[in-house]
Amino acid sequence: MKNKIYLSVVIIFLIFCFVIFYNGLNSSNIYTPKINTKQKLPIFEAKDFYSNKSISSEELFKEDIFYIVNIWASWCVPCRKEHKFLMELSKSENVKIIGLNYKDNLNNAKKFINELGNPYSKNLTDKNGFLSIEFGAYGVPETFIINKNKTIVKKFIGPINKKTLNQIMQIIK
Amino acid sequence: MRILKTFLLVVLFINIANANTDIKDKNLNNKILKNIRCLVCQGQSVYDSESEFSSTIKLLVKKKINEGKSEKQIYEFLRKRYGDWVIFEPELNKNTYILWILPLLLFLLGGAIIRKKLK
Repeated sequence: MKNKIYLSVVIIFLIFCFVIFYNGLNSSNIYTPKINTKQKLPIFEAKDFYSNKSISSEELFKEDIFYIVNIWASWCVPCRKEHKFLMELSKSENVKIIGLNYKDNLNNAKKFINELGNPYSKNLTDKNGFLSIEFGAYGVPETFIINKNKTIVKKFIGPINKKTLNQIMQIIK
Repeated sequence: MRILKTFLLVVLFINIANANTDIKDKNLNNKILKNIRCLVCQGQSVYDSESEFSSTIKLLVKKKINEGKSEKQIYEFLRKRYGDWVIFEPELNKNTYILWILPLLLFLLGGAIIRKKLK
């Protein structure tokens, strides 16, 4: 009797391990924790992409509308792919897109904009990447939606696609 | 001659003091970087990683130390933006009580079992 109980416990344990590892095979091997994305907009001072003049976050986000902060770089291949969706977003009157040019060569970045179009109402330079860290970014491209209360309500890691564009449209309408 | 000697001694003293501060800052810098998780890597600390994310964090930590920020303040800054996951060593709070206390309880339980067996 004792042996039977022991055997059952071992078998249940092995089945449990098998299920855990089997499920693990299908899941992504990079763990991204769920963090509170509803954080207040950081207060910062940044340089304008074209004029190189300092501009504060209060000045940038002063209007009572939705804002989208998009981190991009000319060397980033997925940024090229998402650019057409940003161009589409820029047509909306409910939102303004702020670009954050991440660790980029200014001339290459300007070429990128001239070639693909400028969806940004304002573009900032982030030479050393500190500004992106202020937003809690992992890399490029990344997009943040800021509501009228100046709170980051949604964060998209990676390029925007048709599906995420629809999600953004739903949020900002 | 005496003025020159005093001047040289002062310069030497300042240099030694600066070198000490540099070593202290470097040690603190390395300690912090080893405790920060590279969020775009697999199981690597920022110290070990050469990713874009890690190189930015390395620069940022150096800047914060130069500004006179403490280790706790730097962790707090990162935690606010990336959550508890970014720090390898979890902080003792209501979410991590079990994590900290369970090994101690298991150790005590093990000790009690061994003691009982030996008696």
